[in-house]
Amino acid sequence: MTHHRTDEFPVITNVSRRGMLKGVVASGGLILAAQFPAVRALAYPTGATAMPHGVVSDPHVFVSIAPDGIVSIVAHRAEMGNGAARTSLPMIVADELDADWSKVRIVQSPGDEEKYGNQDTDGSRSTRHFIQPMRLCGASARHMLEQAAAKRWGVDVSEVEADHHEVVHRGSGRKLGYGALAKDAAALPTPPADKVKLKDEKAFRYMGKGNIGITDLYDITTGGTTYGQDVKLPGLKFAVVARPAVVGGKVKSYDASAAMKVPGVEKVVTIAPTPAPAKYAPLGGVAVIAKNTWAAMKGRDALKIVWDDGPNKTYDSATYKAMLEANVRKPGKMERNVGDVDKALKSAKKVITADYYAPHLAHATMEPPAATAHKSGDTWEVWAPLQSPGGARDDIAKALGVKPEQAVVHETLLGGGFGRKSKCDFAIEAALLSKAMDGAPVKVVWTREDDIQHDFYHTVTADRFEAGLDEHNKVIAWRHRSAAPTFMSNFVPDPKHPSGIELGMGWVDAPFDIPNIRMESGEAPSEVRIGWFRSVNNVMHAWSTQSFIAELAHSLGRDQKDFLLEMIGPARIVDPRKQVSTPLWDYGEPFETFPIDTGRLRHVAELAAKQAGWGRPMPKGHALGIAAHRSFVTYVATVVEVAVDEKGNYTIPRVDTAIDCGFCVNPERVHSQVQGAAVMGLALAKYGEITFKNGRVQQSNFNDFQITRIDESPLEVRVHIVEHPLSVHPSGVGEPGMPPFAPALCNAIFAATGKRIRQLPIGGQIKV
Amino acid sequence: MVNLRVNGQERSFDGDPSMPLMWYLRDELGMTGTKFGCGVALCGACTVHLDGDAVRSCGVQMGDLNGKAVVTIEGLHPHGQHPVQVAWRDYGVPQCGYCQAGQIMQAAALLKKTPAPSDQQIKDAMSGNLCRCGCYQRIHAAIRSIAKGA
Repeated sequence: MTHHRTDEFPVITNVSRRGMLKGVVASGGLILAAQFPAVRALAYPTGATAMPHGVVSDPHVFVSIAPDGIVSIVAHRAEMGNGAARTSLPMIVADELDADWSKVRIVQSPGDEEKYGNQDTDGSRSTRHFIQPMRLCGASARHMLEQAAAKRWGVDVSEVEADHHEVVHRGSGRKLGYGALAKDAAALPTPPADKVKLKDEKAFRYMGKGNIGITDLYDITTGGTTYGQDVKLPGLKFAVVARPAVVGGKVKSYDASAAMKVPGVEKVVTIAPTPAPAKYAPLGGVAVIAKNTWAAMKGRDALKIVWDDGPNKTYDSATYKAMLEANVRKPGKMERNVGDVDKALKSAKKVITADYYAPHLAHATMEPPAATAHKSGDTWEVWAPLQSPGGARDDIAKALGVKPEQAVVHETLLGGGFGRKSKCDFAIEAALLSKAMDGAPVKVVWTREDDIQHDFYHTVTADRFEAGLDEHNKVIAWRHRSAAPTFMSNFVPDPKHPSGIELGMGWVDAPFDIPNIRMESGEAPSEVRIGWFRSVNNVMHAWSTQSFIAELAHSLGRDQKDFLLEMIGPARIVDPRKQVSTPLWDYGEPFETFPIDTGRLRHVAELAAKQAGWGRPMPKGHALGIAAHRSFVTYVATVVEVAVDEKGNYTIPRVDTAIDCGFCVNPERVHSQVQGAAVMGLALAKYGEITFKNGRVQQSNFNDFQITRIDESPLEVRVHIVEHPLSVHPSGVGEPGMPPFAPALCNAIFAATGKRIRQLPIGGQIKV
Repeated sequence: MVNLRVNGQERSFDGDPSMPLMWYLRDELGMTGTKFGCGVALCGACTVHLDGDAVRSCGVQMGDLNGKAVVTIEGLHPHGQHPVQVAWRDYGVPQCGYCQAGQIMQAAALLKKTPAPSDQQIKDAMSGNLCRCGCYQRIHAAIRSIAKGA
């Protein structure tokens, strides 16, 4: 594996965006005129063009080349660990540019979607939406360099060819390096997309190879990186905020006199609450601003605040669970209908019913949220670890009451995202606190307790299944009722049913070969901030559905894997579009580009089973469990081997996961994402639970919201990547590894112990 | 007045003696390689070496540091070539990277005391360092690759 330093990463000094970008090309190389036509010549359509601000592929925006040949490539999306933003996408540009990766530097863009295209980094979209524009970008730049060389030599451009950071004239053997051609190339207009020849995939140097280490590898291992928590500015003040324990709560009165006596505390100010739906607006509260974080924390401890808890003070997880469970025991809102389930259930020889429940989760990124803001001239600058820096810029500007162009959002590295940092409440807080300090630089630090208690929580879900079997033990009816509060409650007043986006994540898109299917959603009002957590509703729908299928298999005396394949049915395209009441959300993609292909789902299930040695003899207490799930238009199956001792303690000796994500741009990172999903999947299955009492979160830190440690995590995770040519479009990777893990584990536990887990987390349920 | 050495450099501190070393490093010295993860010694992100031992810098008060020597990730090796750092790169360990400074400092302390740790000793020594991305497989493999006798 290789690495290189990225000294150009905008480590925070007090420079403006303009100054920062100037620095990149200060040596007088390829300084490119601003012209930003959007890509209109994609070989196949994706959901990218339907996203706000779509895609941009102009090398004048993304590429600059210095006279010494150093190529700077702009990373415009958020880097939170999967490597897509700062490694894979620039690698795609570099490959098409035929650049030498050791001469490539990465420059992080600020939040500016008008310029760079969509920056909303979630939904496992970066590679699947940007492989085409980034290829075109790199190839266009290569084309411009070739044109510049041909002109210099006075030959036709067809006689020259770029080859690994230089352009060669085949007839004469003359060569010119990219650095020598940069200035001339920069003066050329961007060629029309149809004049640009993309590489043949056989000529790829980096795509599909897994031979590139992540861009920030060296800096991460030496402490040289800058995350949101790490931003430094001259004269920086540090703030922590006492937020209402109950969402929607308000400060009635407060006494800051003791806080102001804490040495180092400089100011105590309030942040106003925002009535629901608040989008990503801060919760409000009382902020303590000090000379260092420790003083701010001590000051906050000394505050005396009287709160008005507001209407959500009755939110109680036990009561709410009972309500959700009642709501899925009665008819709900029809979400998908195939055939006649009622009739089929009546005619069934046997009906098997089961209820499942999965609680709220916190994201618990290792980096708690943090953001820094100051005012420079007429411009507010914010540095923050944001999954959507472009969207955040607009929200920050709105909160400050300024025009979007008066706000600049500098993107830092994200110490984990998982959906939490899609919400910019903490960045707005920083901006408001800097405003309260007349534009002085202020960093707002969230402690771990702040993070666990003021998250946008993964939704809580109750699922009820009824499966009707005929006299041949074939499943002829499938009724699945589900209730879960929706994240749309951040955006619209008081919704009670899931949005199409949530329905499409592993529920109404179920690919099963059953003649009568009905899905109904039960009412579920939102009384807390609901957010999306890595793989979102797929987490619990895959868990409950894949667990229930294993239950059916067991009750019929069938092998789990064989029965799962029977439920998936033959290889075909499943098209629920005319069966659903809300337009099918296929991860924002055109269905024709990314249809639901049960052949691919079958294949990963068979591959994982084969690689895991399905059916192999097991030591006492060991067993295998399997689950297969399509999410983010990628197909994943996982086989977990569990070992349960006589006391009900369990370990995971081995995991086999097969993933079909189309053409695999960066198999090295796909491998690491799948390995990581096994650890995070275990964390939510084993421990993950956030509960509320009197509207307050009952957990506070890693003592009571545990995540998995190395000594309990699966260390043997075998990743089997289905190889495809480029013609099979790349699909999601960051999230799809998650959903099958928990059900595969629970199915293995059942096989080992006979205990069926119908409620997460597993906790002590199998203890003897 | 507390006099201490940080990465070989003499420092003195006369602020709040209850301030955790972590905030001193991060806010006062601007050495942000040492990360804030939980503040209560549950995650290991802030691990540094104190007189050669791996400690959670969030759990050490400045008032207790007179005459002590602290080494942070920035000072582990002058050119970032400590065998643990090199192994981390060879194995492509990090994902988001936030916890990795703490992981590396913990692993370096382990190997100094126990140059040939068993698999279980690796797990025991590293079990206080949390990683939410789930890099444990590669952390374990990287340490094993440089364990003496490996």
